Order: sequence, then C-alpha cells, then structure tokens
Amino acid sequence: MSELSTLDIQKPENLVYTKTNVLNDRTLSYCPGCGHGTAHRIIAEVIEEMGIQDKTIGVAPVGCSVLAYQFFDLDMQQAAHGRAPAVGTAIKRLLPDHFVFTYQGDGDLAAIGTAETIHACNRGENITMIFINNGIYGMTGGQMAPTTLPGMKSSTSPYGRDVATMGNPLKMTELVAQLPGTIYVARHAVHTPAAVRRCKKAVRKAFENQKLNRGTSFVEIVSNCNSGWKMTPNQSNKWMEENMFPFYELGEIKDTIGK
Amino acid sequence: MKGNEAIAEAAIRAGCDGYFGYPITPQSEIMEYLMAEKPHERTGMVVLQAESEVASINMLYGGAGCGKKVMTSSSSPGMSLMQEGISYCAGAELPCLLVNVVRGGPGLGTIQPSQADYFQSVKGGGHGDYKLIVLAPASVQEMYDFVPLGFELAFKYRNPALILSDGAIGQMMEKVWLDEQVPRLTNEEVREKYPWATLGKQPGKEKSVVTSLYLESVVMEKINIKLQAKYRECEANEVRYEAIQCEDADYIFVAFGSSSRICQKSIQLGRDKGLKIGLLRPITLWPFPSKVLHDLAGQVKGMLSIEMNAGQMVEDIRLAVEGKCKVEHFGRQGGIIPSPDEVLHAMEEKIIGGK
Repeated sequence: MSELSTLDIQKPENLVYTKTNVLNDRTLSYCPGCGHGTAHRIIAEVIEEMGIQDKTIGVAPVGCSVLAYQFFDLDMQQAAHGRAPAVGTAIKRLLPDHFVFTYQGDGDLAAIGTAETIHACNRGENITMIFINNGIYGMTGGQMAPTTLPGMKSSTSPYGRDVATMGNPLKMTELVAQLPGTIYVARHAVHTPAAVRRCKKAVRKAFENQKLNRGTSFVEIVSNCNSGWKMTPNQSNKWMEENMFPFYELGEIKDTIGK
Repeated sequence: MKGNEAIAEAAIRAGCDGYFGYPITPQSEIMEYLMAEKPHERTGMVVLQAESEVASINMLYGGAGCGKKVMTSSSSPGMSLMQEGISYCAGAELPCLLVNVVRGGPGLGTIQPSQADYFQSVKGGGHGDYKLIVLAPASVQEMYDFVPLGFELAFKYRNPALILSDGAIGQMMEKVWLDEQVPRLTNEEVREKYPWATLGKQPGKEKSVVTSLYLESVVMEKINIKLQAKYRECEANEVRYEAIQCEDADYIFVAFGSSSRICQKSIQLGRDKGLKIGLLRPITLWPFPSKVLHDLAGQVKGMLSIEMNAGQMVEDIRLAVEGKCKVEHFGRQGGIIPSPDEVLHAMEEKIIGGK
C-alpha cells in the first residue's frame, strides 16, 4: 500500500471530509473539548445539505454561544438573554417562507427564558429550537443552572445542589413535549461519532419540519462542559454518560410527523 | 374615534408589518381594534398577542432586525418591563415604534392618566447611553399622525421612536382625518432599502448580523460615539414644538400632551383677566426644544411647567433656560388631571405674584 503524500491528501478524490461552507474559518470561542462546536457543525451541515443558506435566519442567545453569529455564515440576530424564542417568533411570522432556528443554552432557555420557550412552543411557532444542556452556566464561570443535577457542584452550589433549598433540575424537553404546539421533540448528544449521526438526523428532521408549517421542532443536545465541570474532555464525556444521561434520557421523545 | 383606535388604524394604513403586544389598561383598545380589523386580510400585517411585554419587545427586535415596520403599545408598568429590550433595539440600531399610554404610578399605580413616565421616556429608560425619539400627541389626530411620523423618524435614524401619550388622550374621542393606505414593503424592497436587515444571506453578499454585543471596549466606545453623533444630528433636525400666543406673552406655560390642552383654556382665562400668558408645547420631548425655550426666556418674566407628575420636564426647561428667567412646576399626580382654574391659579401664585 503506497502512502499518500501531503499533496495527494489535498486532491478532491482523496477527500473524506470537508468543512461545511455554512461555517466560516473563524476560530471558535469554545473551550477545547466542548460540544458546542460539533453542534454548530451539525446545524451548518444540515442547512448546507438542504440548500437553505439564503433563506435561513439564526438567533443566538446569551451564554457561551452568544457569539454563534460570528461562526455561521448566515444572517443572524443576537437576542437578549432568554428571548430567542420571541425574537424567532417574529422573524418567522414576518418571513413565513424562511427557515428560522434558535440556539440556546440551559440558563437561557430553561431559566430566564422559560416563559418565552413555553409560549413559543405552545403557540406552535413553526421554528426549530436547538437547546444545548450542559447542566451549568459556562460563560459566567460555572454557576448552578436550572438543569444542574442533584448533588452536582457548581460555583453557586459549591457543596453540591441541595434540592431541598435550591430546587430540582428542570426537564424542559419533557415539559415542551407535553404542549400541543410541538410536533417533534428529541434529546441527543454529540460526544461520539454514533451520537453525532443520530443527533444530525434529528436536527435535519427539525429543519425539514418547517416545510410542513405544523408547529415547533425542539432538539435538546446534552453536552459536556469540561471547563465548568473541572474535568478533562474525556472525563467529562464519561461523567456525562454516567450521570447526565440517566437523568436526561436520550432518544426521540415526541414525533407527530412520523419517519 | 378614540385615541387608541386612531393609533391602531394609523398602523394599518402606514403599512406596518407587525404589531406585538400584551393587554394593559388604558391602551388595550389598540390590539382589540387591530384584531377586529383583520389587518392580515387588509394588508397582510401580522398582529400577535404575546405572553408578556418582555416577549413583545423582543418580538419587535426580531421583526425590526428583518427591516420590517413593527410596533408595540403598552402602559407604564408594561413599558418598564420592556426597557431591557428597548436598550437592545437602540444598541443594535433597530427602527421600531413604541406607544406608551401612560397611567399613574409608581408600581401598579392607577389606570388614570399621568405623565410620570417623562424621565423614563426622554432619558433613555433602560441601561446604557441611548435616546428614544419621543413624540407627545395632544389630540386624537396627532395620535394618528404620529404613527407614520414615528416610523419615518425611526427608520431615518435607525432608532426606536416612542409615542408618549396618556390615558386621557388614549380614551378621548375626536374627529380624525385618515390617510390613504400606504402599501407594505416587499422583502425585495426591504433588502434594497435596508441592507443591514436579516432576510437570509444572499450568495456572494456579506451576511447581515443584528447585535448589540461588542466585547472589545475600543470598539464599544466607537459604537457609542457613532450613536451620540446620530443623536446630535437628530437634535439638530427633528425638534418639533407648537407656540401658542407666545409673541406678546409675559409668562408662558410649558406643557405637553393632555396638560397642554388644559393650559390652552387657562391662557384664555388669564387673558380675560388681562394677563399675557402663552404656551410652548414641546411635540418632540426628545429632542427637546431647548433653544426655543432658551430664546423665550429672554422675552418672558417666567415659565411654569404644567405636568401630570411631580416635576420632571421642569428639569429640562431649567437646563434650557440656564437661569435666564424663573421656572417653576405645577402638577397633579396619581391620575388626577388639573383643572384650567387651578393651573391659572398656580401661574398667578408661583410665577406672576412670586417674588
């Protein structure tokens, strides 16, 4: 077997992977090992594969992904903390033939923006909502999130989350699945190649659903936060499998559209 | 028609693309009228009842970011809830139209008319250095006219514009001249006129991003300097006021909105007694008619600011006058509208007879 030279590797016929052109070359602001970058790539690939780059408007949140608009080669709006579903609602209502997605973390979507999330889903806004749940406030330095697990340590629950005084983690995804306005609700992860493939399928479906104009599609991505959890990326992925997944079970939660 | 209904009809006829609001007294007729009129059938305009004022203002952000003519309306407590979103709109330079039909406060207050939201309206209101273009209607006709004017100024300066009304003008009925229907812009027209709008990135074109986030302080300062330059331009070009019987006046009332209507009667009562009183009515509360007031101060012996609040605009009058004449305030609060007699009496007590 002959070895490929550097020049050979660059030939189009030898390419096994190319970066989607819906992401630009800007260096991501995320910590090495974090799942945000993979989640961005999945969304960007789906938009490219569907050929809807010129008709897609994204809404970035406040949180680690506040700068998401810098990385996608898309028209984007940066929303106030928690308000992306309201911003996305208006964009879609005023541009009904466009594709609109929101990208929010757990603090944004499940704490300060709970009302906007529930009401956008309950109205059945014909948008795609991507929810990154890493159980912590990453950008502000690792404070307790609405999704922080019982007993889990954070900078504002340094002895672990005591549910008696700090309340319980909120399963927002199960909650919105109960609402008549959601047509598709799923929870996935992006920490292994197999998980990425399953997640991408769900994200694709969540975008395709907008063509049907029947309601909200909601995909939670359970992700690690190795910096906030104070672990290495590999440790954090293992911890996520052992602790996050039993509480936040992965899979298709609601699908009124069918396969 | 009612003042609130005039606002709603004006919105449809001005080619407004979207109204997003949340019910609150005394302005709920605006959304009720819009819903009953089926503007979606008349012009394709979207009307949506949001889950809160917080959602409404962020819907405006989203719609304005697409270059659409969007508006909301509320009353005092609701406007307080919107302040964060208004600051975002100003920071991201998004044109949109806000209507505040003011009621008495603070807190839940009363549903009766008030002008106690003057400070909140003309000083920015939310966080950061920004201004709103503030129009103060004194009649139902102006409630109507200031909707297209508000949109025009908002888009001209890429800044939120606010119609600062009150419960009296909102609920009052008067005859109104209606304009012809202005067609809504198509997406292609919006793209042409407002290249910053997010309508989907076109091949070979730069993407559009709507944001108020500038993490580098050097960049953030430049943005602020740019905003301030815009505000100075607005101050130079957009001051609007009405001067009534000021030519020969020894004393003038300064009043906006409902208060200015009362003052017109008080002027008559005063002139019947031989007192030469005039009225300077700011129509734009920001930009404020400072120069006019400064010039008038050299001509008159005193000014009395009549406000349905504890004395807010009087501070701006004093800043404008720079001590050239006496400036006092008279107001009623908590939803009480002063009578023409007590306004005239206040002028006699505080300015004319004052030492």
